[in-house]
Amino acid sequence: MLKSKTFLKKTRSGRVLKVVREHYLRDDIWCGSELCVECRQESPPPPVLQRDACRESSLCASRHYIIPDTNVVLHQIDILEDPLINNVIILQTVLQEVRHRSAPIYKRIKDVIHNASKHFYTFTNEHHRETFIEREQGESANDRNDRAIRTAARWYSEHLKKAPDGEELQVILLTDDKGNREKAEGCGVIAYKCEEYIKSLIGSPELMDRLALCTDDANEITSSKILFPEHLPLSRIQAGIKSGTFLQGVFRASRDNYLEATVFVQGDGDDGTEILIQGLQNLNRAVHQDLVAVELLPRNLWVTPSSVVLVDEGPKGDEDGDGDEEEQKMLKCDASESMLKPTGKIVGIIKRNWRPFCGMLSRSEIKEATRHLFTPADRRIPRIRIETRQASALMGQRIMVAIDGWPKSSRYPNGHFVRSLGSAGDKETETEVLLLEHDVPHQPFSQAVLSFLPKMPWAIAEEDMRNRVDLRKLCVCSVDPPGCTDIDDALHCRDLGNGNLEVGVHIADVSHFIRPGNTLDQEAASRGTTVYLCEKRIDMVPELLSSNLCSLRCNVDRLAFSCIWEMNHNAEIISTRFTKSVINSKASLTYAEAQLRIDDTNMNDDVTRSLRGLNALAKILKKRRIDKGALTLSSPEVRFHMDSETHDPIDLQAKELKETNSLVEEFMLLANISVAQKIYDEFSECALLRKHPAPPPSNYDILSKAAKAKGLVIRTDSAKALADSLDMAQVEGFSYFNTLLRILGTRCMMQAVYFCSGMDSDFHHYGLASPIYTHFTSPIRRYADIIVHRLLAVAIGADCTYSDLMDKHKQAALCNNLNYRHKMAQYAQRASVAFHTQLFFKSRGIQNEDGYILFVRKNAIIVLIPKFGLEGTVFFENKEKRGPRLLFDEEVPSLTVEGHTFNMFDRVKVTISLDASNIQHQKIRMALLEPVYRREHVPKRTTGGCAEVTREVKCINSS
Amino acid sequence: MAGLELLSDQGYRLDGRKPSELRKVQARMGIFTRADGSAYIEQGNTKALAVVYGPHEVRGSRSKTLHDRAVINCQYSMATFSTAERKRRPHGDRKSSEMSLHLKQTFEAAILTQLYPRSQIDIYVKILQSDGGNYSACVNAATLAVIDAGIPIRDYVCACSAGFVEDTPLVDLCHAEETGSGTAVALALLPRGGQIALLQMDARLHQDHLDPVMEAAMTACRSLGQVLDGVVRQHLQEVSILTGE
Repeated sequence: MLKSKTFLKKTRSGRVLKVVREHYLRDDIWCGSELCVECRQESPPPPVLQRDACRESSLCASRHYIIPDTNVVLHQIDILEDPLINNVIILQTVLQEVRHRSAPIYKRIKDVIHNASKHFYTFTNEHHRETFIEREQGESANDRNDRAIRTAARWYSEHLKKAPDGEELQVILLTDDKGNREKAEGCGVIAYKCEEYIKSLIGSPELMDRLALCTDDANEITSSKILFPEHLPLSRIQAGIKSGTFLQGVFRASRDNYLEATVFVQGDGDDGTEILIQGLQNLNRAVHQDLVAVELLPRNLWVTPSSVVLVDEGPKGDEDGDGDEEEQKMLKCDASESMLKPTGKIVGIIKRNWRPFCGMLSRSEIKEATRHLFTPADRRIPRIRIETRQASALMGQRIMVAIDGWPKSSRYPNGHFVRSLGSAGDKETETEVLLLEHDVPHQPFSQAVLSFLPKMPWAIAEEDMRNRVDLRKLCVCSVDPPGCTDIDDALHCRDLGNGNLEVGVHIADVSHFIRPGNTLDQEAASRGTTVYLCEKRIDMVPELLSSNLCSLRCNVDRLAFSCIWEMNHNAEIISTRFTKSVINSKASLTYAEAQLRIDDTNMNDDVTRSLRGLNALAKILKKRRIDKGALTLSSPEVRFHMDSETHDPIDLQAKELKETNSLVEEFMLLANISVAQKIYDEFSECALLRKHPAPPPSNYDILSKAAKAKGLVIRTDSAKALADSLDMAQVEGFSYFNTLLRILGTRCMMQAVYFCSGMDSDFHHYGLASPIYTHFTSPIRRYADIIVHRLLAVAIGADCTYSDLMDKHKQAALCNNLNYRHKMAQYAQRASVAFHTQLFFKSRGIQNEDGYILFVRKNAIIVLIPKFGLEGTVFFENKEKRGPRLLFDEEVPSLTVEGHTFNMFDRVKVTISLDASNIQHQKIRMALLEPVYRREHVPKRTTGGCAEVTREVKCINSS
Repeated sequence: MAGLELLSDQGYRLDGRKPSELRKVQARMGIFTRADGSAYIEQGNTKALAVVYGPHEVRGSRSKTLHDRAVINCQYSMATFSTAERKRRPHGDRKSSEMSLHLKQTFEAAILTQLYPRSQIDIYVKILQSDGGNYSACVNAATLAVIDAGIPIRDYVCACSAGFVEDTPLVDLCHAEETGSGTAVALALLPRGGQIALLQMDARLHQDHLDPVMEAAMTACRSLGQVLDGVVRQHLQEVSILTGE
């Protein structure tokens, strides 16, 4: 049967199109139930919906299938994902509406559908002859869809009745819309409110808490006072933005002050302006990261950002505290005209950017209350009110909560409990929290992703050898840190006999296993990078690939992508060759083992000779690189010694570098540069490269000032000058000084980023002093390398191209994601180190350590403890009382406390302890022991001042 | 989420077809009595009208005359009302002259031109409504018109388009699929011998995928051939009843 769909559509340029589409109705669409004998197919796939759809419910005693409507899927996806809920029919109408309304939820529901154990069936009702309905005159699209859902539900219940012993099988429509429910009951379909149904389920009270709070039309609270102004409708906002009365920007809440935020308005090009928002009314229910519309206030109402730290302490008396007003007053401070910032108020939300938030429950004071406030771990997120019956069980646990909405009469947004992560302070829980908070995708790989893995046992097949050379005879070996299972690079070096050497870098051929466009590829692209935490690794690709098939382990045949140079003994490249290959690594060494082999004159086997050759060349390469102006900066990195049983850190040690580290590094750099050149030559528009912009000169101020204080000059006009003057900077009897300078240097740098060569003109890599650079050598743990592999494979004709690879806009979008993921991975890594440091000090108790002053601030000094790579702030001020007399000199910079002057790089002694007073934000406290400054009228308790350790989240140059 | 989902997880396309299913085909022959041959075809919402004149003497410049076979002259045009947007479509624009050329090549391969030396056969095709697969509709309509004109032809020329979405070849693309899927292959086939009269592809498609797409398109062409055969037979029956044989 044929129907045609006709509708009018407005094009972007404002013209009106009449779109006519065909719509075929079929009678061979299967209902998907195990019971049904009627709709037989020629080769039926296994039935999805089970015969015994069992869920004990007090509402519906017999077996039943569930049909949720669109809003139930959109709002209650957390419920649907629960393993308890199965045998659900998702109608095509619903799925399509979800797809239009919310991409993330669409992805989640698709994942659920793909999960065979959930028994979710998608019924293509829009193309079924008996369930298709046409939109009637005057009926809105939503009403039509609701009717379509009801029709399908009715069809199902009648259809299943016809099946043998289908009599007692019922179909239940879940909808929160009252009108819809009434109409459904009118036409003989059993319909329940979602909440009502979930409540009726026997033996699963915890599901109740996951219910999203929806303001149902029936029981809306109309009593309480209105706290916030109404948000404008989207049409008014768009008109306002067009006419310039409103500005559009991303809302960024302040970390320190819950009554203050900024809206970042993207200007032309890279620069943007910030608009200050102050006060609860003006903030108007915006949440961190929302896309909002702002209206600027008249100039006489402009204010300055306050320097007060305000933490929302929650309800003081009743529900919605009046204390806010007092606190709002605190913000007001008179300031000079010049300090005023553009100030505005939020008039509407263009797009919410809510995600589930981690945090802890703060229990309501009334014992039996079911409404509780939830405090997110991120201080920029407001507290969320949730309803739960298991508050006592959730106390002291880290939980996840999703926001459902923020009515204008409510001080806090409403949300619902998603899941519990475990008890706070627990290692697994905290790791989970930091992964979630840094947006690191860490769920186990889905079935859809795993289905693209090669079948085991895997062996190199005939067709794999196409476009591939056999290098199994070469004496290849890999050098990695101890315990490394994802080995993605291996090396070889041999004498060619003509006085030259052949050097090969062999990289795991991950792109052979991950084909463009499939689910595995999409997952890897979205993860972007493998994240290494202190005791855990979050893989970018499934373990079978990362630790087995792609890992270049010794004595097995592995596919590789090789970059082979012919070099003379001066490490000058005579020719470069790229090829896909098969290798068989002869040895997997650690850095220490490789070093031993090189140093041990008794060993003379192939691997060792190869290593020695490489080592000699690497030294020349390194020298040449440094001569060109490559920087060697330093950041204090630590390695934890873990207890093998409890996985608790038992010792901390700064990482040390061996000669072999730099051996591997040099050849990886060389390979990356060679590949970058090659892919750029071949694809000047769409090569994926990595650049490291030169920092603006003002970034170096702190470095110059610090050196000046010691009577040294640091030249920063070029990378070469900087590298040279850093080498020269030595202070007699203070060997650590140079390292400190290099640590400071790191803080001055910009972040290195991926970009697409067609979208940018500046390719320079400042830190490596290379005109062009990319990432090629770690495809197991970085997605950028996979793209580079694909580009290179196309360039040498070993593989085929695909459209997204050649599209520079898609590439640029991919680069943005990769840069974001890398940044978040770095933050997560640091957070993990910080957490383990806390664990370490928890077990160690109070420690006294030597440290150096890294920075001097207005009211504090920042101290670095080289032994632990730990950085902490020592404050000289207390919140309650005025501290000692402070004198800050910005020029030097120095801070004089009661007569004692602190300069940068001064040696101090501090005591370190763990402050567990706030279980959500545990801190490491540092207090000054030496030098002692005299303070009058000081209570004995506070010796120096309290401190809070913050690992400064600043760019660290990563090559 | 931008764009349309061209192929759902359940294996249904936008309009409810399965990947290998054709749109509904309806055709009639002998529409105009003045012309030597004519036919009208509907493939879903794509509607085409074909008219054939000839074989007759070469008109216009005599220099075009071929001494061993007939000249085939094709003209393709689209009605102003054929697309979603009303647009004047002048003759001889780049797109339609390319299409004319393709049609010419197709029919030179199919018509037994050597039977009519020094003569000309005109094929005029007009798209009345366009919804993807214009070329295929034109070829199919023209085949019927040529048969209606009684011009000897090697075999039916059946054409069909095919695309490639989510690793599945789709057959007989509609407009949304044609614009959305990226790659569209148009294939004209002489089904009995399996010879390809024309194969055209504008976008990129990976080599490994070409075979399945071609295979799907050829299967579709064969089933179209059966449909056309049915149309011709029915037409003959009607005509024979009219003439009383």
